[in-house]
Amino acid sequence: MGVGIEVINLNAWYGTNHTLQDINLNIPANHATALIGPSGCGKSTFVRCLNRMHETNPIGRVTGTVRIGDLDIYKDAKPVEIRRRVGMVFQRPNPFPTMSIYDNVAAGLKLNGYSSRRVLDEIVEKSLKNSALWDEVKDDLRKKSGASLSGGQQQRLCIARALAVDPEVLLMDEPASALDPVSTSKIEDLIFQLKSQYTIVIVTHNMQQAARVAEKTGFFLNGRMVEFDSTHKIFTNPSDKRTEDYITGRFG
Amino acid sequence: MRTGQNTLRAKIRTLTDHAATGLAILSTILVVAPLVAIFVYLIFKGASSLSLDFFIKIPKPEGESGGGMANAIVGSGILLGLASLIGVPIGIAGGIFLSEFGRGTKLANAIRFTADVLNGVPSIVMGVAVYALVVKPSRFMPFSGHFSAFSGGVALGIMMIPTVCRTTEEMLLMVPHAVREAALGLGVPNWRSVLSITVKTASPGIITGCMLAFARVAGETAPLIFTALGNSFWSTNLDQPIAALPLQIYVYAISPYDDQHRLAWAGALVLIALIVIAVSLVRYVTSRGVLKGAS
Repeated sequence: MGVGIEVINLNAWYGTNHTLQDINLNIPANHATALIGPSGCGKSTFVRCLNRMHETNPIGRVTGTVRIGDLDIYKDAKPVEIRRRVGMVFQRPNPFPTMSIYDNVAAGLKLNGYSSRRVLDEIVEKSLKNSALWDEVKDDLRKKSGASLSGGQQQRLCIARALAVDPEVLLMDEPASALDPVSTSKIEDLIFQLKSQYTIVIVTHNMQQAARVAEKTGFFLNGRMVEFDSTHKIFTNPSDKRTEDYITGRFG
Repeated sequence: MRTGQNTLRAKIRTLTDHAATGLAILSTILVVAPLVAIFVYLIFKGASSLSLDFFIKIPKPEGESGGGMANAIVGSGILLGLASLIGVPIGIAGGIFLSEFGRGTKLANAIRFTADVLNGVPSIVMGVAVYALVVKPSRFMPFSGHFSAFSGGVALGIMMIPTVCRTTEEMLLMVPHAVREAALGLGVPNWRSVLSITVKTASPGIITGCMLAFARVAGETAPLIFTALGNSFWSTNLDQPIAALPLQIYVYAISPYDDQHRLAWAGALVLIALIVIAVSLVRYVTSRGVLKGAS
């Protein structure tokens, strides 16, 4: 089951560049939340703060509080533990090129020391079914490399890989921006199915996509969160002038 | 008018294209030709002196005809095995440090600089250095106080380190950042991600680097003169002087006897053939299990 995320006074820097300023918001459990905004507004940095990936950059720095469920992730836990609970799907599909499809999905578990073949088989099948890829790959699980799949399939493979470690939250950083419309709609269908089991945060440049998949939407601009409300309200009757300008295409 | 110009331009383009392709082919031939020439000449000169005796007998005393290089073939194998045991792990570990853990640090820059200098050190200097460090001291070092197979392996091993180290670093740097992020994003600890993902992804290139280093030291004579020394008799003892193909070739090539000249040619041919076989074997073994569509 998914858990809610509470963000209090989050600030982030790249070197001296203050990328995120005083972000406060509550992301509801078992819903999809979309983050929109022009390039460079900090939305990717924001999701990278939710699983402590931001600090893997040598010049990245974070202050503030992020609670995932009951866990204060910057106080009570190590980065590796959090990243197992908060899965991430990146902008460009990034399967492990030397691994088979099976090993790609099992990677998170295998590399963390799980080895029971029977359990792994089960989890790999379940994860690939959850990411709607099973029927397309079940015959070549161990024969084909993850890199041999098409772009859309690779991204669903990456989703399966993230699901296999059984996270509570799934962060998606523009998961469909490198994909064609057919693959994009498959990913969107997938988000619809997955949000019953996971809390989903999706960064997107595509406002129609945000409107289609998310219950809540946040609008970021210049490192600040301008507005956070139900998707319907953001797209029909935003309270902030800047939000309205952005969604009506006046800038960005 | 316009069309005329266009066809003229098209003709010039086609000509330039052909000229560039022709130049590329010519350059390739220029590069490959000496290699082929050496190999053909070696086969021409060496093959006639090859016999079963060459592979199973040890050298005959000066002036007597016949005999072989069995001891040198085995000796070279032992020396190269020892060198690889020293050079490959240290080189790969160094490369991993340079690319994954020490990037940008002063220590890493110092190591990279040292490796590049070491790569440029003449091999005879390496022989003298190992003579001073391993052959000469007699009280504290094992295998020391006299010429030995061990010291020869050390000299060749040290020579392998910089090549292995720098190619490992280069190959690791070529692994896309996205692949590392994918592993970290799964909650895999950094060290584990480096060893199981980054190094594995770069492994074909790293293996090529090791093979390059191996092939390079396989033909080295100078570092062995002050260390392994050479041996006319059977010896597989690490604590004793040992024969090696390049050393034996050197000794026979400058001897006054025609028979030994012929053996030297055969030795050179065998040395190159063994390098080709070793490299192909490693390539074959490591390429098994590579998946369809893996990049």
